[in-house]
Amino acid sequence: MVTVLDSELRQRAWDAVASVVDPEIPVLTIADLGVLRDVVLDGDQVEVAITPTYSGCPAMNMIALEIELALERAGFHQPKVRTVLSPAWTTDWMSEEGRRKLRAYGIAPPQASSSRRALFGEQAVACPQCGSDKTELLSEFGSTSCKALWRCMSCREPFDYFKCH
Amino acid sequence: MAVANIQVSETPLVLYALRRADDALILGHRLSEWCGHAPMLEEDMALSNIALDLIGQARELYGYAAKVEGKDNDEDKLAYLRDVRQYRNLLLVEQPNGDFAQTLVRQFFYSAFTDLYWRAMMNSRDATLAAIAAKSEKESAYHLRHASEWIIRLGDGTAESHARAQGAIEHLWAFTGEMFAVDDGERSLIDAGIAVDPATLRGRWLKTLSDVANEATLALPQNDWMQQGGRSGRHSEHLGHLLSELQSMQRIFPGLTW
Repeated sequence: MVTVLDSELRQRAWDAVASVVDPEIPVLTIADLGVLRDVVLDGDQVEVAITPTYSGCPAMNMIALEIELALERAGFHQPKVRTVLSPAWTTDWMSEEGRRKLRAYGIAPPQASSSRRALFGEQAVACPQCGSDKTELLSEFGSTSCKALWRCMSCREPFDYFKCH
Repeated sequence: MAVANIQVSETPLVLYALRRADDALILGHRLSEWCGHAPMLEEDMALSNIALDLIGQARELYGYAAKVEGKDNDEDKLAYLRDVRQYRNLLLVEQPNGDFAQTLVRQFFYSAFTDLYWRAMMNSRDATLAAIAAKSEKESAYHLRHASEWIIRLGDGTAESHARAQGAIEHLWAFTGEMFAVDDGERSLIDAGIAVDPATLRGRWLKTLSDVANEATLALPQNDWMQQGGRSGRHSEHLGHLLSELQSMQRIFPGLTW
């Protein structure tokens, strides 16, 4: 039987986990990113399901460790973190709040993924500094798996673009 | 300094996952050799990023192979404690980096295939392989776009870059046939709806290649003699050298962790 107490407890676990941030983009929580898939309570045992952004993303191990620490601190002992691959993570899962925070941090948020398959498709990415859409791609790959390097032709600033995926 | 090789019970499904894991690991390792040496900073980051994706895919596939085998092996043992003859990767992916054109042509041939392959594998009846495919498909599409743009730039660039790209295509062409080869074990997985018949992908693979080659003013070879052997452990001399580097720490300090 699910009691009010259970749902309060689960909410407390969720809140603790949802506050964990991406070690490479510390303005985003794993909830903003869409990496946090589920928090399940079985008695007082918590199991968290997360999904990787990219297969080889080195931040995942760190994120799993941070989740365990956050839960321990919130009084949940020996939590489990499970990685789920399906359905595959997409930037469409990033919250509006996450997109707003990214832009404020100087990273252009991902576009909708519908154009992803266009092999040589043109993309229009707005500069997160000045808002201009006169921008150009410098490199398909950036400082982390999830980013590409762009530059603004109006304010001349280079910037990271969170690739749609 | 030696530590014994592990033994792997290669049932069709274990072998199937192992072959794809080996492809991804060996190509990922090759690309990582460019780290700090690429012709420009952006490409240094690009090739390292692609390497990271591939090694991530390899980890998932090794983990699954170990789970299906159900013995004492795990992803690390499968990567570090098998010798050359136990490796099951395509000959294509173990070929040395050569110059930048050779690295990009190798990447182009492979990514044009895996882009189609992983998309088709998303419908596999094996839920784990389908999930790995859904993840890898997105990464492969991005890798293909990167490689395609470089093939066009090199082919339609200077006389020197054109000659190098054309030379790389001719040099590596004979290693592409192995991607479409199927043995009895794989045939049984195809019949069971677990694996994809690569022959069904060949037409579209060739179309991708010829579209890009046309734009790049490059020609695809007409020669259809193909070299095989990697899938059954008969490798070129290059793989042993690669493994000696990849495995050295675990061979010298068995069980070493960071």
